[in-house]
Amino acid sequence: MEKRIRVLIAKPGLDGHDRGAKVVARGLRDAGMEVIYTGLRQTPEMIAEAALQEDVDVVGLSLLSGAHMALVPRVLELLQERDLGEVMVFVGGIIPDEDAPALCALGVRGIYGPGTPLERIVQDIRNAVGQNG
Amino acid sequence: MADSSALDALVDQALEGSRRAISRLMSVVENGGPEARVALARLYPHTGRAHRIGVTGSPGAGKSTLVTELAKVYRGQGKRVGIVSVDPTSPFSGGALLGDRVRMRDLALDSAVFIRSMATRGSLGGLARATADVVDVLDGAGFDPVLIETVGAGQSEVDIARTADTTIVIELPSAGDEIQAFKAGILEIADVLVVNKADLPGADNAMAALRAMLDLGQAQTVRHHGESVTIAGVSAEAGSEQDWATPLLKTSALRGEGIAELARAVEEHYHYLAESGRRQQYHRARVEEQLRRILRQELLGRLLVRLPEAELAAAVDRVATRQEDPYSAAETLIARVS
Repeated sequence: MEKRIRVLIAKPGLDGHDRGAKVVARGLRDAGMEVIYTGLRQTPEMIAEAALQEDVDVVGLSLLSGAHMALVPRVLELLQERDLGEVMVFVGGIIPDEDAPALCALGVRGIYGPGTPLERIVQDIRNAVGQNG
Repeated sequence: MADSSALDALVDQALEGSRRAISRLMSVVENGGPEARVALARLYPHTGRAHRIGVTGSPGAGKSTLVTELAKVYRGQGKRVGIVSVDPTSPFSGGALLGDRVRMRDLALDSAVFIRSMATRGSLGGLARATADVVDVLDGAGFDPVLIETVGAGQSEVDIARTADTTIVIELPSAGDEIQAFKAGILEIADVLVVNKADLPGADNAMAALRAMLDLGQAQTVRHHGESVTIAGVSAEAGSEQDWATPLLKTSALRGEGIAELARAVEEHYHYLAESGRRQQYHRARVEEQLRRILRQELLGRLLVRLPEAELAAAVDRVATRQEDPYSAAETLIARVS
């Protein structure tokens, strides 16, 4: 068996700031994961569809536009519709603290602002996927 | 142990077209092991219908963009299109960054298209070990054609020719002089040869160099001292296909130019394979090679477990201290297990 953790890194919404997403993608690659990078300006439908086709364990969403309260719930809903409720979803970027409880209540399993050590994201993913490889 | 009834159900759902099942089945076959074997055994009788089109070329040659443009042509013909795109695994971390979807966003929401990214996971021939199995999943689920994009290939990553019915090799303008084109390797596997990014300078020179290389491989009639003389192509002795003349085309995937012609050339190659009986012939050759590869792998694995670690370590010591050469040491160990 050569099971690897597969992660989709996507940027929903219209902001063009993809540095954070790329840093995380690179960090997860270096931690031995297979990272599917989809690029800028993805709609929630595109993200859910890519997650489905790629059979990922994890979806990481990067938002710096302030539209997270609209886009993240929609992604979660579309994942549910596709029977992908088990997928770990985390969010990075600029997420005000007061929005965190609502996102977590919806099923987001990690919120990582600027300056989060990559090791923490890697460890959270490994814990969530139940694999320490 | 593999739960074969659950796997059988998964295969059946995938064959019926469930996208969730297709995706999960791909992971099963990609991860290998006993589960993959059970699933493939059930899947295999349903495969072999799709036209498998390989797309290879150097990094940045425009493979993903060209695959996307070709897929759009096939969608326009009402076909359901599968795409398997391979990117390299890091030999250091074992991780991979799979970025081909970035170029395929026009296809992202088309429910008659299925795109799967794969990492090579240590394979060096331009594909992953399980790429053919993942293609089988799409084939079984009714996707036809299936486009297979290799990793950015240099000169010798030619596994795609063993997997695809039709192999498209993409070259770039200013990718070297005609001596590069004469070298063994990737150009030899082209059923269709493309100079992409033809909007860049140097495209015509590249076309001329590749044309010269292709012409040497074809039998041709020339005038020599007033007499008509037929010169056999240099590849005639190698027994390669003389009856298919590899077309050379110019495309600009960015501008969408030359794509219809490329699709037509690919189609012609497929017809040629069918009508000449080569498709069956090649298929049989591929199966034989695959079988031999599996046998090598399995026999090797089963013999190696019979080799006591201590004896191997002792042999390493003897070779490391130059009491024995590595070939003799290997012979001794082989005698021990066979």
